[in-house]
Amino acid sequence: MSNKQKQLLELKNLCKHYPIRKGLLSRIAGYVYAVDGVSFSIYEGETLGLVGESGCGKSTVGRTILRLIDPTAGEILWRGERIDELSRTEMRPFRKEIQAVFQDPYSSLNPRMRAADIVSEPLRNFEQLSQAEGRERVSELFALVGLRPDQMLRYPHEFSGGQRQRLGIARALSVKPKLIMCDEPVSALDVSVQAQVINLLGDLQQEFGVSYLFIAHDLAVVKHISHRIAVMYLGRVVELATTNELFEQPSHPYTEALLSAVPIPDPTRQRKQIVLGGDVPSPINRPSGCHFHTRCIYAQARCKVEEPKLEEISPGHFVACHFKLNT
Amino acid sequence: MSQATGKSILEVKDLRTYFYTRDGVVRSVDGVSFSISEGETLAIVGESGCGKSVTSLSLLRLIPSPPGKIVSGSVLYHGKDLLKLSEDEMRDIRGDKISMIFQEPMTSLNPVLTVGRQISEVLELHRHCTKEQAHERILELLKLVNISEPERRINEYPHQLSGGMRQRIMIAMALACDPEILIADEPTTALDVTIQAQILNLIRELRDRTRAAIILITHDLGVVAEMAQRVVVMYAGRKVEEASVFDLFAKPMHPYTLGLLNSMPRLDDSSSKRLVEIPGMVPSMRTEIVGCAFAPRCSKASERCLLESPVLKDYGNEHWVACWNPVEVSRDKA
Amino acid sequence: MINNSTMNRVDWPAQVSKIRLFLTVQLPALYKRYPFAVIGAATLLLMIFIAIFAPFLATVDPQAVAPLNRLKPPSWEYWFGTDALGRDVYSRVMYGTRVSLTVGISVAVLSTVIGLAIGLITGFVRWVDAIVMRIMDGLMSIPSILLAIALMALTKASIENVIIAITIAEVPRVVRLVRSLVLGLREQPYVEAAAASGTPLLKTLLRHILPNIAAPLLVQATYICASAMITEAILSFIGAGTPPNIPSWGNIMAESRSLFQIAGYLILFPSIFLSATVLAVNYLGDGLRDALDPRLSRRM
Repeated sequence: MSNKQKQLLELKNLCKHYPIRKGLLSRIAGYVYAVDGVSFSIYEGETLGLVGESGCGKSTVGRTILRLIDPTAGEILWRGERIDELSRTEMRPFRKEIQAVFQDPYSSLNPRMRAADIVSEPLRNFEQLSQAEGRERVSELFALVGLRPDQMLRYPHEFSGGQRQRLGIARALSVKPKLIMCDEPVSALDVSVQAQVINLLGDLQQEFGVSYLFIAHDLAVVKHISHRIAVMYLGRVVELATTNELFEQPSHPYTEALLSAVPIPDPTRQRKQIVLGGDVPSPINRPSGCHFHTRCIYAQARCKVEEPKLEEISPGHFVACHFKLNT
Repeated sequence: MSQATGKSILEVKDLRTYFYTRDGVVRSVDGVSFSISEGETLAIVGESGCGKSVTSLSLLRLIPSPPGKIVSGSVLYHGKDLLKLSEDEMRDIRGDKISMIFQEPMTSLNPVLTVGRQISEVLELHRHCTKEQAHERILELLKLVNISEPERRINEYPHQLSGGMRQRIMIAMALACDPEILIADEPTTALDVTIQAQILNLIRELRDRTRAAIILITHDLGVVAEMAQRVVVMYAGRKVEEASVFDLFAKPMHPYTLGLLNSMPRLDDSSSKRLVEIPGMVPSMRTEIVGCAFAPRCSKASERCLLESPVLKDYGNEHWVACWNPVEVSRDKA
Repeated sequence: MINNSTMNRVDWPAQVSKIRLFLTVQLPALYKRYPFAVIGAATLLLMIFIAIFAPFLATVDPQAVAPLNRLKPPSWEYWFGTDALGRDVYSRVMYGTRVSLTVGISVAVLSTVIGLAIGLITGFVRWVDAIVMRIMDGLMSIPSILLAIALMALTKASIENVIIAITIAEVPRVVRLVRSLVLGLREQPYVEAAAASGTPLLKTLLRHILPNIAAPLLVQATYICASAMITEAILSFIGAGTPPNIPSWGNIMAESRSLFQIAGYLILFPSIFLSATVLAVNYLGDGLRDALDPRLSRRM
């Protein structure tokens, strides 16, 4: 699959370290290693799911790709061109191709702007449109995301959470981007509304061939919508595989534990649950070697000392572990 | 799973809690009845705004009194109506016989008191312990909830602990006086999934050990399947279905329950077909709802549904449904 | 679909009925919800009316000296009495409205505009922030009255200088407000979304930041207006404000300072007007704050 399709985005060893300043002179007392060497690619028309628990850095990765945050190190390549060191003005043209949908439907829309203006903002940044043309394009977008065009002139607070998220999606779609970074787009929505938005995203991908970087913590949602999934822990990717393979043959102990921890809505199923001990370590003082060794049930001496690299164990399936689980 | 003995210890009858706001009356809980037996785990499930949290707060009379008011109904605890007790008598019950753990461990613990102090407060209030006796019990409780280095933790402040640990402290506080009923309001919603697994595991262990009855409020049907024996489904302030957990998942009868189950993406489902959506959205609670609250979104709605509010009916094996056109066949596992 | 061309023509019958709707339906509803704010707004409008039409409302020339009529108590001829020089207090108070309102509104507008500009820059440019905020903190540590007095001591007395002096004293508070609002807004997801949409910085400022700080700024402006009116009165009272030949409420009170035991009405009437106006503006500000606070008003 990967060779035939065009590669849109490539991350090479992306790092984002936040300095912690203490004291009168603001000395650097340490770093928050939010993202620490992340590499993956996204191809045309696919959805790459990015999962992990809080503090793993997945949101930071998404924001860095959009250059809302500047990376500390590493490369971001968009269709072969480096975009990690561009200035704000130089980055502008790329914003037509990479867009975003944010998590909180309540604060990701300007409360004092009308829906039509919110949705057409990216469009108007790049094209000169007359009032009439603008209204028409917004109408089309509204129809695409399942909203009634007669609500165009309303304010965000007049819409429900699910509808606001649709507005956010319409906004992202307005410039016909090639990649949309979705940062927890359904986490703040009720279950019955989640399905609507998930279906909508799937439909839009079918129709326009847009790719998604789908960042979420809900594994069931990610499984449903992604073609490939990357699992992150403490700033690093620990496993990357196609959806089917990840769920059928998880090779990293963390992935295995994560999968077994998700409650399944079926009371008849008795599973062997792997309950991880301890808490997620802080991204400031990370454990040595493999960051997961403090909670890993398979940990050995080597894991404390040596950091495992991401290796390909079968075509398209990457794992960062010294003792990959084989099934 | 722990066995419920069948003896009912808490009976909620036709509870109604309304909020009187400037924009109208919000009927958060609009005629809800259920009961819980000794040692049973009852889950109340529903989406945001359905009234499940308000129900649990009403049981302990923790509703802020303007603008909220428990308008009618009764909450019979061992035959005594909690809604008719004085505030002093109620305070005796809270934390002692019936205790509660909340969703946000960050804000439910007092940031300026040490952990030990907060737990001992509960003990001093209800058990009239001395400081030494309390200290022993606190250590016992911290070990019970699997907190490492309990001696050290007693003197730590909430901000020094992780989310999972804070939730354990809350559980320790709630269990300090061996309550008969534990109300857990979305206890793991704010936690990471691996920590959630730890906490749910802990609650199951403690349940077996202490034989406490648990009222579990959640929106996550997976958590319900893992923890509950009986389930109450709420929608727009009303109870729409109640059944044993096995019956609910195998034969959901209310269209809303069925819709919820079908619209959830599942880990154990290998097909990636489109999710079945429930069209529309939850009705505004500010206007009085005539007829069935779910009717506007229901594919099986009939004339009667729009006019008459459905009554709860027992379809066998204590499976109650409030619907004029319930789903009769067992769910299609597509 | 809404058609643009139909919306541009002015529809007079519709406008008239809009006014009627306002007076009969919306105003009473507003009064029911924010009674004090409506009273405050009405009082303020009355004062503005007086200020504009002072020449018609005054019965005699406020500067006209008539020593034969001095220190007469309020009567049918001299509604508020006369002062030590025989001038009609009522007419002077009417004209005094002009000074107070001019100073109050000018200071409010000027300090808001200047404070907004400085606050925006400090909110976005970090090194400017460090320098400017230290200056602002320094200015704020001096009580605003003393600061105004000190500034007035450096120049000659005139209304313009009074306005400038009080503005300088009030600007730091506005800067601090704007700065904290801007810093908060920059973190809002919708501002991030604007950046992700390719919106240039200036447009972000205009479309996203400004509209969302307008409300608290407006409320702050009303409080500044009230504060400025009092400051002007104090300055005039101690002789450091409006030149004595221009009647202002503070001046009127100042001139009669030593006489108030025998002619209390000389202080009474200007102070009633001053208090009423300041109170009205404060009520209006409170009402605006309640009405515009997004948390208290509409929910989703």
